[in-house]
Amino acid sequence: MSNSTLPTILTAQPAETGKPAAGTPAAAPLPPPAGRTTRDWSRLVKLDWLLLPAVGLAAVVVMWFILSATLSKDLPNPTRTWESSKPYVVEPFSYRGELDQGILRFTWLSLVLVAKGYVIALALGTPLGFLLGLSKMMTKMLDPIIQILRPVSPLAWLPLGMVLFLGAGKQASELAALFTIAICAMWPTVLNTAVGVRAIPQDYLNVAKVLKLSRWKTLTKVMIPATLPYMFTGFRLSLGIAWLVIVAAEMLTGRPGIGGFLWQQYNALVYEQIILCILTIGIVGFILDRLMSVVERRFKTA
Amino acid sequence: MAFLEISHVSKGYGPPEQRAEVLADLNLAIEEGEFVAIVGYSGAGKTTLMSLLAGLVAPDCGTVKLAGREMQGPGPDRGLVFQNYSLLPWLTVFENVKLAVDQVFADRPEAERIAHTEKFIGMVNLTRARDQRPAELSGGMRQRVSVARTLAMRPKVLLLDEPLSALDALTRATLQDEIARIWQESRTTVVLVTNDPDEAILLADRVVPLTRGPNATLAPGIPIPLARPRDRRLINENPEFKQLRNQVVESLLSAGVKPKTTLTRDLILPDIEPEDISKPWSYFNRRGPLRKGEKREESVEVAP
Repeated sequence: MSNSTLPTILTAQPAETGKPAAGTPAAAPLPPPAGRTTRDWSRLVKLDWLLLPAVGLAAVVVMWFILSATLSKDLPNPTRTWESSKPYVVEPFSYRGELDQGILRFTWLSLVLVAKGYVIALALGTPLGFLLGLSKMMTKMLDPIIQILRPVSPLAWLPLGMVLFLGAGKQASELAALFTIAICAMWPTVLNTAVGVRAIPQDYLNVAKVLKLSRWKTLTKVMIPATLPYMFTGFRLSLGIAWLVIVAAEMLTGRPGIGGFLWQQYNALVYEQIILCILTIGIVGFILDRLMSVVERRFKTA
Repeated sequence: MAFLEISHVSKGYGPPEQRAEVLADLNLAIEEGEFVAIVGYSGAGKTTLMSLLAGLVAPDCGTVKLAGREMQGPGPDRGLVFQNYSLLPWLTVFENVKLAVDQVFADRPEAERIAHTEKFIGMVNLTRARDQRPAELSGGMRQRVSVARTLAMRPKVLLLDEPLSALDALTRATLQDEIARIWQESRTTVVLVTNDPDEAILLADRVVPLTRGPNATLAPGIPIPLARPRDRRLINENPEFKQLRNQVVESLLSAGVKPKTTLTRDLILPDIEPEDISKPWSYFNRRGPLRKGEKREESVEVAP
């Protein structure tokens, strides 16, 4: 009781002074109840970042239970999903065979493939973006093609990739997957870089002109730093797409990885692990996005 | 032969049919070591004039000569202090100045360039903010960095494009004194563009009013014979100063009266033809009502 008096006084005072304007409830003028309600409420506020998502999650799990019990009898319910997924989650790095590995091992394989494709996408996309941003002629020439290619689904690119690398033999499926990831993930980087280059303030370019910086120095000392925030927004979006594409690429090529595992378990009629895969893909995607946004914020110059 | 010479310079913007002449037939000769202030209304074309002097834009006709040579494009021999500081936000104070020093004194050893950079940062009293980024500095400090960067290039002419207009009155006064002090020390040729007659009179050897645009041009210069260093506290009481200020303001106001210009524009009058019910209706043969656009030309007299 003794340590609760101080906060009561502190919180009661603003409630009294703020009464006429804020239209507080009738109980507000009495100090003790007003103080208590504010305190309870503020304690709830502190917890709501944890509590509210937990409530949301619980609601979804309940819905899942109900759905699997009523409408869709083939859908495994949460407990069954957990029991059947347990060996994959508890031993995430185990290797029992080419298409039977721990879930993090599969994730790792997918991540490696995504990383390769993503690097290719950035290596192609950034210079292309600069080209588009710098030259009006290039924009006019290439923009229609980009706008047409951009909405094409990874499922459509993959067969073309297979055809392209038909001669590569055993490597064909990996090359096709890389091709698909790169060409799908490239566009946000291209477009954001182009916008960033166009948005460089004229003042910075004037500084470069007055200092008579060479073309190379203007590019490295002024244009690239000025475009970095835009570029990183593009990079983040590109990474999201690259991760999105991986499932499709692995499904169609049958490579071991999180997407390949998903497709194989579907064909083997083990539906529990499909849900496990979906959750893993979602969580990994979320983590990647968070990481990139941390990096992105680091490069936000005022 | 004057050091910096502008002769018959004109500059306009826009496509030929709706061209806006900003500056028309400018003439100005500046001696070496002189401090000239150009005073004008906002929007009169002061920044355009500065860009011309800096070589960022080329004049439509006429020439700008520096030390007898016609200038081609921008260069570090004309140091421009931008109105909005134009510091690179991803570089620290030191790096911003060093970028200019590296560029201009590329042939000197690294240690000398660092010392040179430090010296000019010290000159504008920013040694303590050396490693801060522009976003962490106040407006006055940013403008000092900009001044330091420009001075460190050792330009033949220092071009100040309304350097203090974005600052509050107190900071402005401090920086005016600082500019006066730096000029006393270095004695480079300075062209200051401002919209404040008091600032111009306080700092300059000669004040040149720029008339109101469009077609702005330079009025005859008014020499400022006040002794230096000029004390801003005493100068307000000085009858000579008052008289000079009247002269400058008078020149600006009288130059503002210009003959009216005529604007001609095309009008499309709303003229609707009635519907002809006798004709059969089809998608391809509309019977109306039709809007008949008719072009008329209208001329209006407008005050400048």
